[in-house]
Amino acid sequence: MAQHRVVVVGGGLAGLAATMKLAELGVKVDLISLTPVKRSHSVCAQGGINSCNDQTRQLGDSEWKHFDDTVYGGDFLNHQPPCKEMAFWAPKVIDLMDRLGVPFNRTGEGFIDRRRFGGTLYKRTAFAGATTGQQLLYALDEQVRRQESEGMVKKYEFWDFLGPIQDETGRCRGVVAQDMVSMEIRAFPADAAVVATGGNGLLFGKSTMSVFCTGSAASRCFQAGAKFGNGEFIQVHPTAIPGADKLRLMSESARGEGGRVWVPRKPHDSRSPKEIPQADRSYFLEERYPKYGNLVPRDIATREIFDICVNEGLSVETDRMCVYLDLTHIPKAELDRKLGGILEIYEKFQGVDPRFEPMKIFPAVHYSMGGLWADYVKSADGGLLPGAPRNQMTNIEGLYAIGECDYHYHGANRLGANSLLSCIFSGLFIGPSITNYAANQKGGHAELPSSVIDASVASQQRRHAQLLKGSGGDENPYLIHQELGDVMTRSATVVRRNDQLREAIAQVDDLHQRALRVSLSDGGNWTNQNVIFAKAVQDMIPVAKTLLHGALQRDECRGAHYKPAFEKPSLTAEEPGERRRQAEQWCDEFEANNRRFLKSTIAVWDSNSNQPQISYEDVDTSLIPPRPRLYGLVGADVIEEVWKERAAARAEQKAAQPATA
Amino acid sequence: MIAPAPLKQNQPSQIRVRVLRQDGPGQDPYWQLFDIDYEREMNVISVLQKIAAKATTVDGKKVSPVAWDCGCLEEVCGSCTMVINGRVRQSCSALVDRLLQDNPDEIVLQPMTKFPVVRDLLIDRQRLFNSLKRVKAWVPVDSYYNLGPGERLPRVDQERAYPLSQCMSCGCCLEACPQFNKIELTQEAGETQEQFEARKQAAYDTAFIGAHAISQAMLFNQHPTGKALAGERLDALMGPGGVATCGNAQNCVAVCPKEIPLTTSIARAGRATTVAAIKNWFEGSGEKKEQRVGE
Repeated sequence: MAQHRVVVVGGGLAGLAATMKLAELGVKVDLISLTPVKRSHSVCAQGGINSCNDQTRQLGDSEWKHFDDTVYGGDFLNHQPPCKEMAFWAPKVIDLMDRLGVPFNRTGEGFIDRRRFGGTLYKRTAFAGATTGQQLLYALDEQVRRQESEGMVKKYEFWDFLGPIQDETGRCRGVVAQDMVSMEIRAFPADAAVVATGGNGLLFGKSTMSVFCTGSAASRCFQAGAKFGNGEFIQVHPTAIPGADKLRLMSESARGEGGRVWVPRKPHDSRSPKEIPQADRSYFLEERYPKYGNLVPRDIATREIFDICVNEGLSVETDRMCVYLDLTHIPKAELDRKLGGILEIYEKFQGVDPRFEPMKIFPAVHYSMGGLWADYVKSADGGLLPGAPRNQMTNIEGLYAIGECDYHYHGANRLGANSLLSCIFSGLFIGPSITNYAANQKGGHAELPSSVIDASVASQQRRHAQLLKGSGGDENPYLIHQELGDVMTRSATVVRRNDQLREAIAQVDDLHQRALRVSLSDGGNWTNQNVIFAKAVQDMIPVAKTLLHGALQRDECRGAHYKPAFEKPSLTAEEPGERRRQAEQWCDEFEANNRRFLKSTIAVWDSNSNQPQISYEDVDTSLIPPRPRLYGLVGADVIEEVWKERAAARAEQKAAQPATA
Repeated sequence: MIAPAPLKQNQPSQIRVRVLRQDGPGQDPYWQLFDIDYEREMNVISVLQKIAAKATTVDGKKVSPVAWDCGCLEEVCGSCTMVINGRVRQSCSALVDRLLQDNPDEIVLQPMTKFPVVRDLLIDRQRLFNSLKRVKAWVPVDSYYNLGPGERLPRVDQERAYPLSQCMSCGCCLEACPQFNKIELTQEAGETQEQFEARKQAAYDTAFIGAHAISQAMLFNQHPTGKALAGERLDALMGPGGVATCGNAQNCVAVCPKEIPLTTSIARAGRATTVAAIKNWFEGSGEKKEQRVGE
């Protein structure tokens, strides 16, 4: 068998997991990353990683329930076979990470400790202090370093991925990348390429993401013909620390460990928070969601915090919006042991000790549920078929997408502590799929015609030279990025309105024109960060457009995508018969809406018009039938009753039908 | 207050920033001054972002933006290390209000001095990551297949490992260390890239390994499976540039942004290597004896 060679772009959890698994399978890997892989954005993940475990199992939990929570929390836009596979792999993923030396917090008896996260009633989340992402990433980084020292992996750090190489059949035969130090542009021929390049929070200017999370790598695949799915689904995390350069995450684990969100009942109460008695505080999440309390799914917590500040005028501060996140009732020693890392961040950047003073927090853009469309092959039991070459493959043959930059695991809203899981899972799972794909290809990396390589490199060199030379315009890429961030934050975060989205589309169209006329303040060819950033900004815009168009066309509320104009109302009638009738109608409308919108938004890039073309694709919901997401809705009990009757009737009908398919 | 202790009484409208620039390896460094508008809650990252957007010095001269490295901006990735007002630290957690308290006239930014400058504030820390290879800083698992959980671990062991495992490879400990000296090699005429890399590698492999790597060796030597390579790690620490090179200045622990007990790790490494050396001496002489018998 010929030696296979695969190029992996991105060295976060997904990219590193794929790299080490491929190396184990005997594949040589070229690993390309904008930053030393140990510094990838996965380090910022704080709270933990989910799996059903021995303890929750005895309380009635199962992998299936984890799967159910994931798709219910995601408002059923998740593709169910990959989600099911992920939930069933979850305990195995945590076992592996444990073996690799991740210092998970321990119980008194030495077992892995667990905490509760949002959108579930079970304590599924394993954690390493409050820097779980960092610890998981380091374990994988160490294994990749081990593979590197054995000659299986070659790292290209401080290299910028510029695009896939496609042969005359359209198949991906490697990538073109640029050394950010010497500015050399070269080809990396490969049997298959994997993009694991994370989210696109920088579209919003400031977010909880690292500075390199521009989404430009995914955009370069998109512009090369890869489909982009569910772009409009962006998670806005309920709790972040406002800052001038970044909105720093304050992990959901703060609430998982008992943190309470509140505001003073009196607007802008001038007393210090500790002097405000219980009676004068509104613990609004606990009041509105007695079952889940402070641990409602993220989209809901975010909207409530936004609502209490914007619509009810109860922000803690007058000149800026924020609410209290209070840990002061929890013993200091316990806080240090379980949340040390994030409390230090707050203390360091805010100069206030959150062990003694409630934190001030506000929502911030945090995660991209959407991303590159990727395929899968369903197994007989409804999960994924291991080793099938099409698993995680984009519509460009030979080009794979995994981790945050794929689109199918988190639906309309991601559950806390599921992202680390989806990244490591997809990275590990893809290994045999890629080797099987590579084994069945006629031409491997060594047979790639030099004409194809030369053409790919030349086209990137042209773009680079053009930017350095200047287009005669005088636009500043940094200012364009700022404006883009302002437009996107205003129109496409917590609350979306069609008039604002239309306006934003026009503004971004204009920004696109301007971005193509950038003038660089550095025309040199050594470590030119200016030109690298300019390219990233230009490439952020196609994704921004996709996001806005997707949001505009989706006239409904689903997970993180919230349009008040299309919100389904609570039940208003008191009289039981009328209430029942309203519930029937509610369910009719719910079903009608699902027929129209329970679909993935699929965008393809049209380079002639410089616009995305939007279409819709069915979601595989074959395992768990979609049901209304009723967290906190008035009349939820009646709606649920009606819904259950309908579901039972459907099941009966299905059973009565002769098996045909 | 969300802002760190307010200093509103005499807030400047502008901040002066002095940056030590260098256009590339081997070129002469030079200073440049920038004025930028003051805003509340700035850190050195937002200062550099403003400089990049403006790219104009105090004299109104258009210049290329200052090159620097950053990532997470919350002091967990280790990218943005530089020397700020004479002290090595992360630039993201260097808050402007605090810096102005110490020196209201200007903020002084310099690249780390123990690593080759790539450009401006950007330095090449390859050697730092290379040290992690020298001590085999990983757990040598059999495979990545599902083989069940790892060993049960008492809470005290986790609590000893976790602080060491927070090392983000920022290099502060190396910058502050009197025994860690800069290695800057240049490719010679006629030397291929591979030959140059090999020569660099050889130089890195015999120079002082540094506090961070010694601490990582101790982290993995206490792990139930990591232990399997304990002897090899100690061999690396006993070789040239190993733990004996440490001069016990203790600067490393003082500058570590994560407050990792580096000197405790170094002391443990010192003891462990002494014990190993004695053991090797006995076993080594045993081997020789056998050989002689064989002759």
